[in-house]
Amino acid sequence: MSDVAIPLNGQRGLLHRPAKAAPGLWGWLTTVDHKKIGLLYLGTAFIFFVIGGIEALIIRAQLGGPNGHVVSANTYNQIFTMHGTTMIFLVVMPLSAGFANYVVPLMIGARDVAFPRLNAFGYWTFAVGGLFMYSSFLLGGAPNGGWFGYAPQTVKAYSPGHNIDFWVFGLQILGIASLTGAVNLIVTIINMRAPGMSFLRMPIFVWMTLVAQFLLLFAMPVITVALFLLMFDRLFGANFFEIQAGADPLLWQHLFWIFGHPEVYILILPAMGIVSEVLPVFSRRPLFGYSVMVISGVAIGFMGWGVWAHHMFATGLGPLAKSAFAVSTMLIAVPTGVKIFNWLATLMGGKIRVTTPLLMACGFVGMFTIGGLSGVTHAIVPADTQQTDTYYIVAHFHYVLFGGSIFGLFAGAYYWYPKMFGHMLSDALGKLQFALMLIGFNMTFGPFHILGLQGMPRRIYTYPAHRGWDFWNFVATIGSFIIALSVLVFIINVIRSRKTAAASADPWDARTLEWSISSPPPEFNFAHVPVVTARDDLWHRKYTEDEGGRAVPIQPPPPSNQVYDEFDEETAAGIHLPSPSFFPLLASLGLAVLAYGLIYKAWPVVGLGALWIIGAIYAWALEPATAEVHDEIVQELEPEPVEVAP
Amino acid sequence: MAVRRRTGAGRKARRAWLTVVVGLSMLLAACAKNAPQDTLKPASPDTRSIDGLFWLTFWVAVVVFVLVEGLLVFAVIRHRDKGESEEPVQTHGNARLELGWTIAPALVLFLLAFPTVGTIWRLARSRPNPINVTVIGHQFWWEYRYTDLGVVTANELHLPINRNVRLTIKSGDVIHSFWVPRLFGKHDAEPGRVAHINARAERPGVYFGECVEFCGLSHANMRNRAIAQTADDFAAWVAGQRQLPAAPAAGSDADGGFNLFRTKGCSGCHTIEGVSKGMIGPNLTHVFARTSFAGSTLDMNPDNLRRWLSDPPKVKPGSKMPNLGLSESEISQLIAYLETLT
Repeated sequence: MSDVAIPLNGQRGLLHRPAKAAPGLWGWLTTVDHKKIGLLYLGTAFIFFVIGGIEALIIRAQLGGPNGHVVSANTYNQIFTMHGTTMIFLVVMPLSAGFANYVVPLMIGARDVAFPRLNAFGYWTFAVGGLFMYSSFLLGGAPNGGWFGYAPQTVKAYSPGHNIDFWVFGLQILGIASLTGAVNLIVTIINMRAPGMSFLRMPIFVWMTLVAQFLLLFAMPVITVALFLLMFDRLFGANFFEIQAGADPLLWQHLFWIFGHPEVYILILPAMGIVSEVLPVFSRRPLFGYSVMVISGVAIGFMGWGVWAHHMFATGLGPLAKSAFAVSTMLIAVPTGVKIFNWLATLMGGKIRVTTPLLMACGFVGMFTIGGLSGVTHAIVPADTQQTDTYYIVAHFHYVLFGGSIFGLFAGAYYWYPKMFGHMLSDALGKLQFALMLIGFNMTFGPFHILGLQGMPRRIYTYPAHRGWDFWNFVATIGSFIIALSVLVFIINVIRSRKTAAASADPWDARTLEWSISSPPPEFNFAHVPVVTARDDLWHRKYTEDEGGRAVPIQPPPPSNQVYDEFDEETAAGIHLPSPSFFPLLASLGLAVLAYGLIYKAWPVVGLGALWIIGAIYAWALEPATAEVHDEIVQELEPEPVEVAP
Repeated sequence: MAVRRRTGAGRKARRAWLTVVVGLSMLLAACAKNAPQDTLKPASPDTRSIDGLFWLTFWVAVVVFVLVEGLLVFAVIRHRDKGESEEPVQTHGNARLELGWTIAPALVLFLLAFPTVGTIWRLARSRPNPINVTVIGHQFWWEYRYTDLGVVTANELHLPINRNVRLTIKSGDVIHSFWVPRLFGKHDAEPGRVAHINARAERPGVYFGECVEFCGLSHANMRNRAIAQTADDFAAWVAGQRQLPAAPAAGSDADGGFNLFRTKGCSGCHTIEGVSKGMIGPNLTHVFARTSFAGSTLDMNPDNLRRWLSDPPKVKPGSKMPNLGLSESEISQLIAYLETLT
């Protein structure tokens, strides 16, 4: 390359696009910046969180008293199906993906993910999949077969409308998004770590993300197969689930739960990772038992594949199979318990700054423990035959997925908000939100344990009086509105934050690399690729230990450019970045066209969709992945070794 | 000073734990009032052994709960930043401790596994000399066929006390789940598959249940009752069920209803022994001997029958029984006829 002098932002045109992202809406539509994509994930998922929450409020309004008639049976079945589907596929998964996208490259000292355009494609496919599924509300009715979609209830004979079709195709599209995201993050984590960041120096959030992405990589194909079978049944009468044609009704359930149980860990592991970052920072101590935390996370990842049939204890497994899955289910509680005790040990003896992220993380530990304990009662198979498909189960998984994942994700939101937006969220409002959420959460889901033990089934749109369920249902309904209030406080907090003072690079005196760069980070993240010499590298640039093992600030304090990544405009101007592209968005839209065509069996539309996707991917493949840049510059930017405390 | 603070905290913590334990027990004890589907009020040997297992697990869980939540709250309060200048000791882990809290829970779970596996096998064992009943789930009602006794009925399962009853669970369409919480744990009714439940009641009475697998629009309206009777009462019930109902007197309202039953299409779906052989809906031969109808959602009385017959899908969404467009007088006549089917 000879034309070194040409400024990069001078290369415009269809195939020579600017290294600097376009401003405004077009910039967001074409971005391949992992940070912007992370924010898109988080923002979109939060909107779906509000929608799924409104669905939950409708459910609670209906069940607040006996013989409720806020909505009809038909509407209720759509609402509860979409509530579950939304919260799992459109909220917790993309929120985790959002944090992973934003934070993982920063934590491992990378300038972007491995496949930036694939990353954009993953986000747009998720957004398109979510909108596609929600378009069903306008097109004759939303999915109504439950998030688990048991066949034969979901075959054409029993669900003749297009409701289930939207569910099937929506999930297929979302599956593509998850798979591409998983591949991208796995490659990023394995290949793009900064020099010196060995696997056992990786922040635990990166580890848990890695495990979750491997679970996705292997679990999504299973549900994809199941959905294809159901799709062929519904479109072409393929008889995979047609009982009269000799199908076995348990085929769907096995496939679904072989996906479904690892899915639970896909939902919880990233939140566990967040908590494992937040607790050390605010206790001012390293994570207790880092390697055990890594091993237990990986162990959960493996064992998560051996427990699926505990969702099926009432389906007629033989006593030997029941015993085996009972024991495996009990065993998976062991690595989970180890994590909880290690978190407690991290807190114990620390110097705990009681901030909102810490409270949210403690909320996770406290509430997730309850969910874990009720989970053990499901392993007691005979007891499970009394509990399964009752509100006891609803209580259990809300303690895991709300008490666990959502509390953990809010901890992450409060923790990383200053990094993402350069402003602090109000701690006072945050604590108010935490208090409301904790109270509302326990008021809503605590009584579900009692209701379930009193025999209240799940997925009923109404119940009669004189079952003894009125009081606790009423309490739960009030609790759900308190949760809604707490989310409102969060929204207010976010809106108000624009007026608060700018956050420094390292407002929490934190431990990991994302806090060594400015808030918000520059487009290229690190002007100088960091050289990692320790786990919690940033902390060790600031502190050392005295003979008693106490942390003491390094004396004399190192110059700030040795702790933080400082740069001048000249350094920044030469950094090579992947170029924006609109082809990922275009390819994603093609998926929706194809799916609409298949649902309505409009074959020309199917053809158009297929051509659309192929065309978009072809154009994507042909455009140069990056604007031309000069190896010389990149080499010049190779990091200088930074001296860091051991 | 430090010592006093610690004992004070200890006392407070003990008091808090006691409150939690007592509170939990009271909460769970209080919830048993007037809850006819309460799994914590077992009424059969099987459900009692399940209940025992549950409480064993529950108290183990309470111990862990109190330990974890106690430590969590204690840690955050005791070790909060009080503005001291010293930073904490940077402990990176402790292999012995971590091994300890890996092994301890594993041991506890191992101990729970024994009674669990034992109970699984014990509950699966078939029982001697049972009465056989085939239970068939339909959208959205339950059919019972007493194969040895030649009785077919719906929604209300009669069983004699202190007698083994072997339920064979099937489905006529989608997956349902059969459950009477106080008498036995649930089992799914799957099309194309057969499952068994060992049922046994000890005291006469009515036990409530409900379909617990989502089965479509009116899943919520698919309920059931188990009516446990003394041997004599059960025998009398069987005898009554095996008798054909008397034909209504000519010219009576009931006779008009009888004719409507045959002409308005009812007979296409419902069986009445000696009258019709429809197989879509419940067998109505002795319908008025039942205490409830429409998937046990409505008590059996003329008012409810009137409500039902004037528009079934309105009462029970998704019901296969259509609105037959009956006039008020036709409904009255049909009710008069149904009242003779005891």
